[in-house]
Amino acid sequence: MPVVGVNRDKLFEALGQTYTEEEFEELCFEYGIELDDVTSEKEMLRKELAGQAGADVSGASEEVIYKIDIPANRYDMLCLEGIARALNIFRGRQAPPQYRLADMSGKQLQRMVVRPETALVRPFVACAVLRGVALDPVRYNSFIDLQDKLHQNLCRQRTLVAIGTHDLAKIRGPFTYEALPPEDISFVPLKQTQEFNARDLLQHYLANDQKLKKFVPIIQSSLVYPVIYDSDRRVLSLPPIINGQHSAISLDTRDVFIECTATDLTKAKIVLNTVVAMFSEYCERPFEVEPVEVVDALGNTHVYPHLDTRQMEVDASYIRGCIGVDLPADQMAQLLSKMQLTASASADGSRVQVQVPITRSDVLHACDVMEDVAIAYGYNKLVKTVPKTVTVGKELPLNQLCELLRGECAMAGFTEILTWALCSHAENFEQLQRQDDGTTAACIGNPATAEFEVCRTSLLPGALKTLGANKDAPLPVRLFEVSDVILLTGDKGCGAANRRRLVAVHCDRAASFEVIHGLLNRVMEVLNVPYSEDADPVAAAVRQRLGGGYEWRADNDPTFFPGRHASIYFKDQRVGEFGIIHPDVLAAFDIVNPVAALELDLEPFCFDQFFQPMPTQIL
Amino acid sequence: MAQELETALLGAVGTGPVESGDFAATHNVPHLQLVGLLKSLQASDMITMEDIDHSRIVLTAEAQGYLGKGSPEAQVFAAVPPEGISLAEIKKQLGAAGDVGFKQAMQSKWVAIDKSGGEPRVVRKVESVQDRVLEVLTAVAAGKESGASDAELAALKKRKLIAVEQWKTYTVGKGAAWAPQRKKAATELTAEMLQKGSWREETFKEYNFNALGQLPAGGHLHPLLKVRTQFRKIFTQMGFEEMPTNNYVESSFWNFDALFQPQQHPARDAHDTFFLTKPAATPASNFPQDYLQRVKETHQHGGYGSIGYGYDWKIAEAEKNLLRTHTTAVSSRMLYRLAQEGFRPAKYFSIDRVFRNEAIDRTHLAEFHQIEGVVCDYGLTLSDLIGTLAQFFDRLGLKKLRFKPAFNPYTEPSMEIFSYSEQLEKWIEVGNSGMFRPEMLRPMGLPEGVNVIAWGLGLERPTMILYNIDNIRDLFGHKVSLSMVKQNPVCRLGL
Repeated sequence: MPVVGVNRDKLFEALGQTYTEEEFEELCFEYGIELDDVTSEKEMLRKELAGQAGADVSGASEEVIYKIDIPANRYDMLCLEGIARALNIFRGRQAPPQYRLADMSGKQLQRMVVRPETALVRPFVACAVLRGVALDPVRYNSFIDLQDKLHQNLCRQRTLVAIGTHDLAKIRGPFTYEALPPEDISFVPLKQTQEFNARDLLQHYLANDQKLKKFVPIIQSSLVYPVIYDSDRRVLSLPPIINGQHSAISLDTRDVFIECTATDLTKAKIVLNTVVAMFSEYCERPFEVEPVEVVDALGNTHVYPHLDTRQMEVDASYIRGCIGVDLPADQMAQLLSKMQLTASASADGSRVQVQVPITRSDVLHACDVMEDVAIAYGYNKLVKTVPKTVTVGKELPLNQLCELLRGECAMAGFTEILTWALCSHAENFEQLQRQDDGTTAACIGNPATAEFEVCRTSLLPGALKTLGANKDAPLPVRLFEVSDVILLTGDKGCGAANRRRLVAVHCDRAASFEVIHGLLNRVMEVLNVPYSEDADPVAAAVRQRLGGGYEWRADNDPTFFPGRHASIYFKDQRVGEFGIIHPDVLAAFDIVNPVAALELDLEPFCFDQFFQPMPTQIL
Repeated sequence: MAQELETALLGAVGTGPVESGDFAATHNVPHLQLVGLLKSLQASDMITMEDIDHSRIVLTAEAQGYLGKGSPEAQVFAAVPPEGISLAEIKKQLGAAGDVGFKQAMQSKWVAIDKSGGEPRVVRKVESVQDRVLEVLTAVAAGKESGASDAELAALKKRKLIAVEQWKTYTVGKGAAWAPQRKKAATELTAEMLQKGSWREETFKEYNFNALGQLPAGGHLHPLLKVRTQFRKIFTQMGFEEMPTNNYVESSFWNFDALFQPQQHPARDAHDTFFLTKPAATPASNFPQDYLQRVKETHQHGGYGSIGYGYDWKIAEAEKNLLRTHTTAVSSRMLYRLAQEGFRPAKYFSIDRVFRNEAIDRTHLAEFHQIEGVVCDYGLTLSDLIGTLAQFFDRLGLKKLRFKPAFNPYTEPSMEIFSYSEQLEKWIEVGNSGMFRPEMLRPMGLPEGVNVIAWGLGLERPTMILYNIDNIRDLFGHKVSLSMVKQNPVCRLGL
């Protein structure tokens, strides 16, 4: 969720009253935002500079800043203006503003002409003009912050949309939106004094600018870079990277030209609407926006922004049916106006007619209207009811069996561990002296933590890592885990599937093959799977019903000590192995005492009391 | 031998008080060995003991060396010829004794330093001396009365030539439980005693009721999974059926697209989600084709009363494989299946792992357990959700709940669940909930009028609170503390 920092006193000024922290938290809670932190510029700077010798924070302001958590779909609340407006409307202090286009009859619209080459890199642009804006340092900062927040969230780090704002007095339309080879674009970028060509500029940002360098890859590999010129061939911006210095807005700027370039036109329109909805408040004629003509690559003319509200009609019975409260339509309409949705009840009271303003682009469906009725009504005023849905509780057979088996393993003297499904490639292969033939392990492309390279194909690494990390534990150490490994499956489904397994390790001064062997025998006993060679008639009868018993055969695997390894078979299928871990494997896992280990597939043993197999791979 | 000594002692004590020093000497045993026996007899009340303090003067090791040679000062005096001698020469002759002796001889004014001849020389100051120190030391060594004054003894003590040795002997008398023979107390009742009936004659050693007992050997269940078991019980008791969640690898389609989560959503960024390079993608042909089309259409242009997101939906994004970020990916598969099989009301739950591509710290892991509950029926309401949550959390002992509006791409309305913690004296977030959006349900084929309410919470957080664990890595992963696993109570959640 985005967090927006706002000056507390300015916010209270806009809300027309002061609150205690508790009162403000309460208001936030009701509306669905959250007071995340209370701080100040000085405090934030102090934290940032913590530990740096001679850090001077004395210049920073001590005014209280509220850090407020905003739901990810409320782009209109990413600045002080938006938060104050939403809360004022919610409390009935203010009517929802009516955003409108300036009357341009007889006047020439600003025009942006789009060149076809932009389709190669960033095809869309939408623009607007705000006239007679009165900026002061607080508003100016809020304007910049809003653009930052929009870039981070809705614009998805500028990949979808990038906003450029310009002092209209310093540039001259008509403007052109072009895409040119980087060497052909040359200008003085914002906060620089020297001219760069676009290729050098991106190199410069990659090397020197922590903030801007992460946007460079968006266009760097493109043959042409997007650029906006005015009619005097002055560069307005090199979207989505940087604006030109020449047209930068300042406290003295009165007329603001806003351009949103995009790969997603819907988002560009929402972003443009959000910016003008917030800052048209400071225009000479508040909430009035001057439209701009955009001539697209095909020569078609579009006028932006689109400030029209959207009409929706929602059945009152739908709203009642979803919330579970018997509200009349006119009361729903009243509640909706608190959420910036101007609404009225239809004459017969069966429907609610809703005007969705440009700031509420999150409203897609009647359910969004229904939610706003519920929020304005108050979630905590709803009467609790219990669904009449009658169903039977049921555990998944495999999970239920594993619950039982876990208890049995603990009763057998083994202590349960819980290890990660993700591990390093080395832990899963090299450290176990196993080869990766590329057909078993699912691989992760982008781990934030280096040790998560693959999904485990065995439970052994987790158990061995646990032994290595618990060298101080009194001997013997006996551990077990019942958990899933992940194996590649070829074309089936998504190409990988979980398999439920049991792993157990026994670590002592001397290797104890017979202890781990005994656990296998005990596990099979509780699973009611007889040994193939068991001559007992009862065992033979069970084998008959199961279609076979289990057995173990001496085997050889580099993870295990030569001559101390056996494979386990159930109905002649290999289902696991046990033995003494090879000393080189122990060394790789930093274990100093001998270890005996068992790993067993559990899914073949998922059958019911009548020995009927139960499904384990269901999805 | 020890037995004989004990019997002899008990016998002697029977006839009257015994002095332990004499007894040890008579029986030719070290007194210390006798003391061991005495203490043990005293502990069983067979004898009484009264201390007798002793002390005597003894020579130190240094003083032993002067016997026969004379005190160091006398040695120095003897080494000084009438014409005098250099100090260095004395030290050379007498070694360490020369040093000590010279200082002492100067103090006693037996010798003096003569600097008249240029180089300082030690010369005699008296004609002859009496070695009183040697006389005293010799007398002490022989155990005779030295006749030395207290001042003389104090001076020798200060020079560390003599020391006072103290020791104790005891007057041993009859104790309350005195008997001519001691009977050994038995520690445990044994099978042999039962067989022979000898337990009747045995005396038993007193049991130390202050000590802890011996811990039973045996295995232990992991605390997180003990809590999971309780949650499973609560769900099944409430009539919920478990969903099959054993598929960590999932396609973006089921994890995101099916849930009406737009393809540009930040959660679909590589920063938050583990994407796989192998198997990198689920071929589009493995998705139900008609459903895939409906999902695409709903994202792009809406439908079912929605305007959709209005963007260009790409199959390649939906094909990308990932480690599921929530078990809701499974819920979406189950709801789709329910719609295909012919709708019936259902209640589902799951508790299983989910994955987030996050850096690991005290409170974050890259994998953790999500608990999820889903109810699916005609005409379910937000009030039903609140009522269901009240029932569920009541079973966890959280009786005071309130709900905060929230945002979630696939639920509308969405509510964060807060519970008042009496311990922390504040409201804490305990879970998330909502009603699934029609844009998610209708493309699956669930009938109009069917609503689905759902909620989710983590398993780790409540476990950490229940078991007082403040670092999540102590709980989940190989760095687990085994003693933590072993030493914890049963989970009473849901009792």
